[in-house]
Amino acid sequence: MLRSLLPALSLALVLIAIAWLNPRAISYFGFSLMLNLAIPIALATIAQMFVIAGNELDLSIGTFVGFVGCVTATWLKDAPLLGVVILLGSIGVYALLGALIHLRNLPSIVVTLGMSFVWQGMAILILPKPGGKAPDWLLALMAFKPPFIPFPIIAALLIAAVVHFGLMRTSYGVILRGSGGNSAALKRAGWSLLRTKIALFALTGLFGVLSGMALIGITTSADANIGNGYTLLSIAGVILGGGEFVGGRVSPIGAVIGALTLALAASPLLTFMHIPPDWQVAANGAILIIVLAARVLISRRER
Amino acid sequence: MRKIFVLGALAAMLAAGTALADTSGKKIAFSNNYAGNSWRQAMLDSYAIVTKKAVADKVVGAADVFTTADKEVPTQAAQVQNLILQGYDAIVINAASPDALNGAIKQACDAGIVVVSFDGIVTEPCAYRVVVDFKDMGKQEVEQMAKFQPKGGNLLEIRGLAGTSIDDAIHAGILEGVAAHPEFKIVGSVTGDWDQTTAQKAVATILPSLPDVVGVVDQGGDGYGAAQAFAAAGKPRPTIIMGNRQDELQWWKEQKEKDGYKTWSASIAPGVSTLAFWVAQQVLDGRTDVPHDLLVPYLAFTQDDFEAALPKIPKGGVASHEYTQEDAVAAIKANIK
Repeated sequence: MLRSLLPALSLALVLIAIAWLNPRAISYFGFSLMLNLAIPIALATIAQMFVIAGNELDLSIGTFVGFVGCVTATWLKDAPLLGVVILLGSIGVYALLGALIHLRNLPSIVVTLGMSFVWQGMAILILPKPGGKAPDWLLALMAFKPPFIPFPIIAALLIAAVVHFGLMRTSYGVILRGSGGNSAALKRAGWSLLRTKIALFALTGLFGVLSGMALIGITTSADANIGNGYTLLSIAGVILGGGEFVGGRVSPIGAVIGALTLALAASPLLTFMHIPPDWQVAANGAILIIVLAARVLISRRER
Repeated sequence: MRKIFVLGALAAMLAAGTALADTSGKKIAFSNNYAGNSWRQAMLDSYAIVTKKAVADKVVGAADVFTTADKEVPTQAAQVQNLILQGYDAIVINAASPDALNGAIKQACDAGIVVVSFDGIVTEPCAYRVVVDFKDMGKQEVEQMAKFQPKGGNLLEIRGLAGTSIDDAIHAGILEGVAAHPEFKIVGSVTGDWDQTTAQKAVATILPSLPDVVGVVDQGGDGYGAAQAFAAAGKPRPTIIMGNRQDELQWWKEQKEKDGYKTWSASIAPGVSTLAFWVAQQVLDGRTDVPHDLLVPYLAFTQDDFEAALPKIPKGGVASHEYTQEDAVAAIKANIK
């Protein structure tokens, strides 16, 4: 019980701290500003969550998001059809990676670490120097201002709800999680582990694409290095959100909350605390360690 | 009656000239995306020296520094958005990307915040840019090289951090210089990331495959590493362009004392952060004639004057220059066409 509440609790704590430090931030305008960059992080975290559900790790999601960003800011605007084909193709590459990892029994860490350099290299090839521009429809979407509730909050709720339904409430979602929980049993029951692995990796690719597009919709322009930090953020988000590295134990709602917490703790909280510049980088790390350590302590007590 | 009074006051203010508004209550934030090398440390030091005095003298109300934990664009975009929420009047920024922060910069401008970028500039038109002519610096490297190596020959190029605008501009300048001096030919190119260790490794790796090299054109922070790599490989010492780092100038001095070694050194002065600060202050002061693009010179040292500068540079540091309010006024004036 405490375990499933923990992600929400840490988010509330961070929000209270922010409200105390800077009351101005708790407003429609404030939430729009503070949370809009959390949306791509939430999407990347969901992407990471799918591979973690299958007991794998994706170390390439950050550079993949950067690659998608570069495609979005160039081809998707100038030649939409080609752009869509490339993005779909990259999801296909992810699916193939899943197949490769399963068939050759390779450690996903090694494969995806290698792929991270491939994505980075391709991103630099597409955009040797920062630039490009997001398609207008994407800019309009990410700048959307609905009445009363800021767009990032609606987007976060939507992402959490859709993925929660798909992974936790459908029968194939159970199979997908089962491939991480007890693959031997699943195999004996006649399910193809190859197919589940491909599905999980393809879903990772899909959400990686969404993350990259959302990011470019906010920043308006791309940079080959834009997503590099997302790899570790996404892993931390999944764990903070109540997921486990093994056993297929993941929580989409937790992952989204975890991503929001990380985004808020790392940047607004830190900025509002007025820490001397020499200590800011260390303080950022300290906040992350405290938040993650609290989660580990509580989940350990439960066992 | 009242209207006339207001108009009269307005006219008096306009007549009074430059200092229209009082900036003593204004808060200026510095958004910095990276602090992990000697250049950035010198940049922060210079900034601290100048802004502390400005706050003490009540020129501005506050000048806080914010450094992001990683070099990432989204982190800095989030930071800029938080500074908007904090209610700063101006943001001085060394940006992680010239384009990808434009969304956040536009939001800041829309909130009435003055944004002044330098070094890593932003292209959003509403922001101000304090630009060092990196392209000219790259070109000048080849020009200087032509003086030291009049016969020409093979050059090795050391690039900076891939995908950045600074690397791109210096590289373009070097290519332009080589086009103007056909006696030179770039036979190899490595990535040094403006870092001595990285440069040394990269140069050491490519050296065995290169023909004889007469000169190294680079981007600063990589010259000493290149020199070490050449020495370790037992290759003849080429003319290596330096980048104002203490270790580079120290090595140059040693070589000069040994056999009169000649070269040239140039880099952007880290203290340009203070120039950006003063430009922000001038805009907050109500000046409306400040051009959005301000071109400022890079800091160069020649055979004659580098030894005088060397003792002033901290060990492991880089040559800097702290700008004053007058410097900023002069720079603005020089850029008004």
